[in-house]
This record gives sequence, structure tokens and C-alpha cells, in this order.
Amino acid sequence: MSVSTAADGIKDVTTPLTDADVQSLKAGDRVRISGVIYTARDAAHGRLLPLIEKGEKLPIDVKGAIIYYTGPTPPQPGQVIGAIGPTTASRMDKFTPALLKLGLKGTMGKGYRGQPVKDALREYRGVYFGAIGGAGAVLSRHIKKAEFVAYEDLGTEAIRRLEVEAFPAIVVNDCHGGDLYQDGQKQYARE
Amino acid sequence: MTRDVHVSAIADAVKKLCMEANVSLEPDVLRAFDRALTTERSPAGKQVLQILKDNAELARTKRIPYCQDTGMVVCFVELGQDVHVTGGGLEAAINEGIRQGYTEGYLRASIVKSPFDRVNTGDNTPGVIHVDVVPGAALKIMIMAKGGGCENRSRYVMLTPAAGLPGVKDFIIECVKTAGPDACPPLILGVGIGGTFEKSAILSKKALFRELGSPNPDPMVDALEKELLDKANRLGIGPQGYGGDTTSLGIHILTYPCHITSLPVAVTIECHAHRHKEVTL
Repeated sequence: MSVSTAADGIKDVTTPLTDADVQSLKAGDRVRISGVIYTARDAAHGRLLPLIEKGEKLPIDVKGAIIYYTGPTPPQPGQVIGAIGPTTASRMDKFTPALLKLGLKGTMGKGYRGQPVKDALREYRGVYFGAIGGAGAVLSRHIKKAEFVAYEDLGTEAIRRLEVEAFPAIVVNDCHGGDLYQDGQKQYARE
Repeated sequence: MTRDVHVSAIADAVKKLCMEANVSLEPDVLRAFDRALTTERSPAGKQVLQILKDNAELARTKRIPYCQDTGMVVCFVELGQDVHVTGGGLEAAINEGIRQGYTEGYLRASIVKSPFDRVNTGDNTPGVIHVDVVPGAALKIMIMAKGGGCENRSRYVMLTPAAGLPGVKDFIIECVKTAGPDACPPLILGVGIGGTFEKSAILSKKALFRELGSPNPDPMVDALEKELLDKANRLGIGPQGYGGDTTSLGIHILTYPCHITSLPVAVTIECHAHRHKEVTL
């Protein structure tokens, strides 16, 4: 089991994730993610999709993995990585169900997911985490190691392997149909 | 009497503005975070606001960009008509400043050369440059590092005069709703009303340069801004869309005369990473 609740109520999540791990996560849960995660965004997804369609091997093993939608700034000398906050997840909606079908367990970004992604989270047991958009400097402190895995020519859009420690996030969409955005807005709306 | 300003001074100024804007939020934005922390009811919302303050502090002290999306540079220039730019072109000088600032500042190159082939230019050039020629011998340069996620939620509508003020209000609030969590709330809205199609869009960008929290000089528009801000913050979207009272930090409106048939409304959505700086040469 790689999800455990700490004394402060925050769930510690260690990659890779199993179906049981995903099922234990509920929309609104605050989490700290540790282990290996991968970065990929628009251009990298654009290259992965034809491979999936042809049934070819992907440059990363997505089974149990978390993909973080981000394009970091270049590291300064002595830094692991530059600012590294999330980008808008819905641009990857077109690609996400196919990756979840292959065993991807988590995606992390910001903003709404479309209904096909939410349906796929239920069908294949996946979770969508929200990272704090625009907190790029703070989030960079949680990256312990970063290396290119594929598509280095894409620069910021390359696929990177990140070793993260207690990376703060929140469960936005769980595999049970829970949706933090809907719940939160309902709770605080004042007509 | 004309005054000579060499392009190297312009490039140097733009370089510094780009580097500073990306690591150091202006005090007006930081004050807006503090104000929001006093009114926000949602614990998750409060926590986000606190992290944003911490992020601003870390960015400034360690010179790490506040956000990894270091934006497309939108530049407004007020060029005094008695200024003589020497040594080259004004736009080329501004783009040279952007190139130097983004390269030397370890900022992200986020611009593709063509909207079709999507090949990165590698140095975040070119910027989007608007030049107004004004009386005098000063050269004022205002830059904004405009993030893509929020820009993608910007909208435009051509209303009928019959739709009137109620139609304008409904559209602006609709923009906040559709932007939602995607655009990194708390949001700042720049609104251009009137003019033509393109004029309203440019006004919507320019409106963002007004100091956050300062009153609109037009009392009627100021009241409208306050009414809309209150409405936006009743939507419940909150910081990052996790639910809360702080959906917007400010709504800034600029207006312009328009045709008897027209009521154009453009809304630029800006995120809390409102990175703007200006200098007068």
C-alpha cells in the first residue's frame, strides 16, 4: 500500500500506484507525493499517441505511474530544475483515456477535465491531482532529481523523469466520480 | 528639440524588466494577496493564498521564476514624439531585450515561430508590441509577462447596443465562470469596452497595467468594477478553483467611444502571476 494518512491529515502517496491506492483517494484529499513521476505536456503527448495507436513501446513505463503536466524553466547553475508548476490539463484530455487504459494511474495539472477523462478515471481506476498553478518556485523545492527520458529536442516539453519528495497536491477527480471543483464551488457560492 | 535614445538603452531596459518581472511580483499584487487572506473563508483557499505569498518571497529571494510559464511578453510603449530612436529599429531593440532577458535570466522559451509548425524560437521572441505616440520627449516602456493558461480563457463578444450594460455585466461574469480553475484563480480581469474589434482587445490588455486595488478614475466605471468584483467573488470558485471567496483580485475596465451599431467587449484573463513592470527612459 503506497498511500498512508499522516498525523496532519495529509495523505502520503508513494509511486508507483496500485488500483487499491487509487481507490483510497477521494476528491479533496490533500496529498504529498514522493517517488518517481514523469513530465509530459502537449507536444510529448502528441508523439506518444501514434505509438499507442500502433501498439508500439512507449519511452516510459506508464503502469502505475503519474504524469505531471508541466514545462519547467531551465535550471540555473547548481539547481535541479527551475520553476515547475502545472499547466492546464484539459489540453491533454484527448490523450489521457488511452494512457489510463495502458495502466497510467495518475495525472497532475490544473483545471477542469472533460467528461471522457472522468469516465476513464472510473473505468480504469485513475486519479487526477491538482497542483497549485503559479507556485512554480515553491514546487521546485520538492524536485530532488530531474533527467531527460525522451524527446529532448522538445526542450521544456520533453519527457523528464523526476524524483520528488513530499510534492504537495490535492485530489481533484477521484475514481469514484468525486470532483473537488464542483464540491468546492457549490460550498462557497453565494447568490 | 528632439532627444536621442539609442537602441542599446532600450534593449537593456527591456532585458531588466523581463528578468525582474518574472521573479519579483509588484507590491500591488502582494497587497491584494494580503487583503484576500483577511476575507477568504475556505481553509483550502487560505492555504493556497499563503503558498502564493511564500512562492513570491522564494521567487524574489532565490531568483527562481514565480511561475514556470514565463509568458509571452506584451509590451506597451509610449513614445514621446520628440524622441529620436537611434542605432536601429524600436521593435528590434525591444525584441533584443526580450531575447537577452529570457536567455540570461533562465526564463522559459514559450514562443513558437509559426502557429502551424509549432517550432520554438528558443529565446521567447518576438513579443507583442503596441506603440502609442504621445506628446513630449520621454519613452515609457511597460511590459507584462503574459501566461498562456489564462490568456487561453480570454474572450471577446460584439454585443448589440440594446444588450446594454446588463449584457456587458453578464458577459464579464460569464468569462470568470468559463475561466474557472483552468486560468489559475484568483484572477485579474482586464476589460476593454467600446472602440472597434481590435481596439477593445488592446484596451483589455492595457487595463491590466493599472495598479491593482486603485480606483478607476471614472466614478461610474469604478462602481461597475466594484459591483462585478463582488459578483465574481460570490461565484464560489475560489483560489485555484478549490472553492472559496477569492476568485478575482480585481477587474479593471477601459472604455472608448464606439459606433452607433456596436458594443464590443473584450476580456483579457490574467492569473495571479500578474508580472508587470515599467520604466521611463
